[in-house]
Formats: sequence, structure tokens, C-alpha cells
Amino acid sequence: MQIELREHIAPWRIALAPVAAVAVSLLLGSILILWVGASVSEAYLLLVKGALGSSFALTETFTRSIPLIFTGLAAAIAFRARFYNIGGEGQLYCGALAATFFGTGLVTLPPLLMIPFLMLVGALAGGAALAVPVLLKTHLKVDEVVTTLLLNFVILLFVGYLLEGPWKDPMSMGWPQSESIIDEGVFPKLVDKSRLHFGLLFAVIGSVLCWAMMRFTVWGYEIRAVGHNPSAARFSGINVNATVIRTALISGGFAGLAGVSEVAGLKGYLTLDISPGFGYTGIAVAMLAQLHPMAVILSALFISMIYVGADSMSRAVNIPTYIADVLVGLSVLSILVSVMLTRYRLRWR
Amino acid sequence: MLDIFDILISAGFWAATLRIVSPLILGTLGELICERAGVLNLGIEGIMTMGAMCGWMWVYMGGDLWSGVLFAAFVGALFGLLHSSFTVYLGLSQHVTGIGITLFASSLSYYVFRMLLPNATTPPKIVPFQPYEIPLLSDIPVVGEALFSQTPLTYLALLLVPAVWYVLYKTPVGLAVRMAGENPMAVEAQGINVLSIRTGAVMVGSAFMAVGGAFITMSAFDAFYFGMINGRGWICVALVIFASWRPGKALIGALLFAGLDALQVRAQQMAGAIIPYQFFLMLPYILSIVAMVIMARRASYPQALLTPFRRGERT
Repeated sequence: MQIELREHIAPWRIALAPVAAVAVSLLLGSILILWVGASVSEAYLLLVKGALGSSFALTETFTRSIPLIFTGLAAAIAFRARFYNIGGEGQLYCGALAATFFGTGLVTLPPLLMIPFLMLVGALAGGAALAVPVLLKTHLKVDEVVTTLLLNFVILLFVGYLLEGPWKDPMSMGWPQSESIIDEGVFPKLVDKSRLHFGLLFAVIGSVLCWAMMRFTVWGYEIRAVGHNPSAARFSGINVNATVIRTALISGGFAGLAGVSEVAGLKGYLTLDISPGFGYTGIAVAMLAQLHPMAVILSALFISMIYVGADSMSRAVNIPTYIADVLVGLSVLSILVSVMLTRYRLRWR
Repeated sequence: MLDIFDILISAGFWAATLRIVSPLILGTLGELICERAGVLNLGIEGIMTMGAMCGWMWVYMGGDLWSGVLFAAFVGALFGLLHSSFTVYLGLSQHVTGIGITLFASSLSYYVFRMLLPNATTPPKIVPFQPYEIPLLSDIPVVGEALFSQTPLTYLALLLVPAVWYVLYKTPVGLAVRMAGENPMAVEAQGINVLSIRTGAVMVGSAFMAVGGAFITMSAFDAFYFGMINGRGWICVALVIFASWRPGKALIGALLFAGLDALQVRAQQMAGAIIPYQFFLMLPYILSIVAMVIMARRASYPQALLTPFRRGERT
């Protein structure tokens, strides 16, 4: 088997790559559905219905996509610079911590200022959570993958400590949760009588800004240059370390915003389970979007559809809900292959 | 201070250290074998979960313990094959493939577990490996109790350290593996297939990881829980760096780490009232980061780590 570089990369191949990857994942996932003894078409139909079939389902799918857009952007921008930030989960919780710290009465501003303020401190906290790993990488050459991964566990334990100790809401009947965010800081609802909040708008704005930065600014150019070829970037006068650090801080900031939107937008208070692994799923979102900030929106919506739909599907046909995670894991693997096939051709000889 | 000394001379402490270290040794050796051949395997966390589930499930379904270990190793090797078809044959990103395999393998383990035991509210139990007291040696006070009354898998893990060292440094296969990680062109020039060597190394390494996971459900505990690997795989990746990719140092690093972990659990019982338990639980992860920072400057990465090899292509 020979792998050859294609001379021309056809745009339709790039557009088709995620579609093919998703199709392959669903096909492989159907083996697991058959194993349960359910009908594949019925199961997937239930999945789509559960995610898009009613206005309630639709708002749930959109709501679930908000943190995924943020963590997807976090992964996308970092991976663009080949900085493998796998710590989205921890940075998300740092953002949530900051929003809770400032949002539960410490600072009171009118809503028009309070919400941006919470988002700012959340983004800063998320970035700060990544400061140690990125500085260790740029200055001491410590691999960022392992440090960001391990910090996830440290941060989660720290949140657990705060919620069972000093930050515990005395009115929470013993549940480990924080006090509520003050009304000024709570994101307004986007759709009445649903859980869908303004975070969606912020996430979309975030994607547009991220895309514009990557496309039109020097920073974006430097990020792409460093990701493509760090030594060539260095030769052309780009400060590689500064670029990596900057990218990491932006990436951590986006992950922090995911935490803010879950606390101030969805829950209203901090618990230990505000994220069922959004930080890790963000990697899948970014990969499926081929690291393109605008495509992150679509891929986050798709993955959120799988999660929301799988919940109702598993209730109807008794398939374990873990099917959603399996599909997401499979799609990370299959998108790798399908993107490769846009750039290379396989020749059998 | 005296209390800590008391802990250090107690047999219970050393027995616990060896219990904690066994899955770490297996995982670290597995990762080390992969990386020595030039392939970073971040699938480790998922492969350990898979091994934990498969070994346990095999025994729960009526198989015996040792064939359960073999089954876990076999499934681990299959995931290694998946990893290497992506990273070795197709030359895809080792980082992303590994993360993808971890996401896939751990969610698949949970899916299969739920699928086969849909109504299990309290995790069902198996009869795990029992401690095997080595005759005579286990009669030595303290040392015997700690070192020679362990479960067979612990002895296996400890014996695999010199075995892996021997194979890597004293056999032609080991030389080829190390060369594939340092200079794949040279391997190719010798007429040895780099891709096969790397695939083999990743499969064997992944089998080790899976057995490390199986140790947790079949020897340390007797049930499978969700999230029970709890970052052990990532700690192994850190330990490989700490060990500078050497099996002997990996054993020392893992022992040091496990010892501190066992100490932490005991210190928690003494100081738990003053310091919240979460801070003790953070220690292993923080220690791993510190260990990496200490060793990172001196780390001599396998030169071809993360670089895919394509035959006939100049790099």
C-alpha cells in the first residue's frame, strides 16, 4: 500500500470528509444497536426525533451545543498551533469557579455589565488554568498533553473541595453545590419556557471572532504558521513561544467561557457535574470541524444532537446511553482517516 | 514525624505500595514499549479501562482468572492494532488518534458493561486473585509479609520489568524496536520492516496496558466501576518521561510514586480532620507533573517519537 500526496485538494472532498466520517461512525455504531436486538433504522430515527422532533427537543439540542461550541473552539485554536490542550475540562471548571466566585454576590453590576464581566473573569480564569502547562512547555519543554490532562483531575478535586467546604450553599439540603448566581448575572433566556439561553448567541459571536482572528489578523497568521511548520515560522521571524503562549491563553479562555455559560446561563449555580466531559468532547467537535472555527458551530450542534437524541432513544429502545460517547469516539477516529483521504490517495500495489 | 516513620516500617504500607504499583508498572512498561518504537500511545487510559472491563467480565461470565487476563491482553492488543493502523500505516496524528482511542475504548467498555448487566445497581463482584504466599520467603517478618504475600499479577508485573529490559537491550528484536524509535531509516536499511516492528511494539504495549487495567478489577478490587481507571493511564505516560524511557527507572519511578500514594492514604487518616481529603487525592497528579518537570530537561526522547515513517520517503 502506498500513500501519495494529492496534487490538488478538491474543496468537495474537504466538505465531504466530515459527512463520510459521520456516516462511517453511524454504520459502526449500528453494530452495537443490532447487538441489543433493536432495529437500526428505528433506533437512529428515534435519535433524530429525540433531538430535533419537537420544539422542546430542538431547544435542548441548542442548549447542549453551547458549551460544546466553546470547548470546540478551545481545542480547534490550540490544535491549529499544534498545542495539544486536552485540559478543556479543567479550564471549563476554572471558568465556572470564577463566575461563581464573582457572581454570587461579591460584585453587583447592572446586567448589561454584569454578564460581560462574568464572561471576562471566566475567560481569564480558563486562560490562567492553562498558563502553567504552556509555560512549562515553552520554557522547560514539558509535554503539554500530560500536564493538561493531569490538571483536569487536580482542578476537579479542588472544585469538589470548595463545594463540600467553604463554598457550600447552606440552603442546599446537603448537596454539594454553590450559592446561586445573582439575578443580574444570569443569562437571559433566548426562548421562553425552555432552557435555551443567550449563551448560544455568545458562542456564535465567539466563533465568528475566532474565525476573523484566524483569517484576517497577524495573530491568526502566526498561529497557522507555527502549526504548519514551527522551524519555518521561527526563520521568518515569528516568535514561536510567544505565539504558542498566546494561543494557549485564548484556548483556555474559550474553555473557561463554557464554564461560565453553564453556571450563569444554564444551572444558576455551580455543581460538580456541570460538565459530563464537555472538555473532552470539545476535541471531537474540533476534529469534526477540521479545526475551522465556523464549522465548530455545526459540528457542536451535530454532537449535541447525538447526546440529546441518544438520551431519548435509549429510554425508548433500551440501548445504554453510552452509545452517544461511543459514536463520538468513533467519529474522532473516522474523521482522521477521511481528512487524510482528502490530502492523500491510497494506492494498492 | 514519628507517625510517618511508623508507617514506613509497617508491612501494611509496603504491601499497599506493591498493590498500587502493579497496574502502574504494567501501564508504564506498555507505554514505554510503544514509545521506544516511536509511537506515543495516548489510548492508554481507554485501553486500561477496556482491559479492566474485559478481564472482569470474562471471569463474571464463568471463565477462570488467568484466561481472563489473557482475554484482556488480547483485546488490548486489538486496540493496539487499531492504534497502529492509524498512526503507523496511515501516519495520522498520534496525539489525536490516542485521544480518539481513549474516548472510544472507555465508552465502549461502559456500553458493553451496561449492555451485559443492564440492571446491576450495586456492582456485582467476582472472586479475585488471592494473595499467594511464597513458601519460606513470606515468613520473613515485615519484608515477607509485604513482598512475598502478593497476588500473582503483582509478581508478574515485577518480573516483567527485567523481562522487558532483557528483550529491549539484549535481543535483536529489542534492538530493532529501539532503532525504529530512534532512526527508522536505519532499520529499513537493515531490511527490517519498520511498520511491522512498530505495529508489533504497539500491540504488545497495549496488551500490557490492558493487563494493568485488568489488575485493578481482578486483583486490587473485585468489581468494575465507572471511571475506575481515574487517570492512572495518564500517570503512566508521565512516568515514562520520568523514567527517561528505561524499564529499570520506570520501576523506581512507579515505586516512588506508589509509595507516596500509599503514604498519602495513611496520612489522610491521621490529618484528615485538618486537611480536606481532596488535597490528598490531588497529590498523585501534582506529583506526576512535578516529576515530569524535574526530568524534562534531561529527557532524551526517542528521536523518531511522533514521526510517522513512510517507506521510500526522505525526511
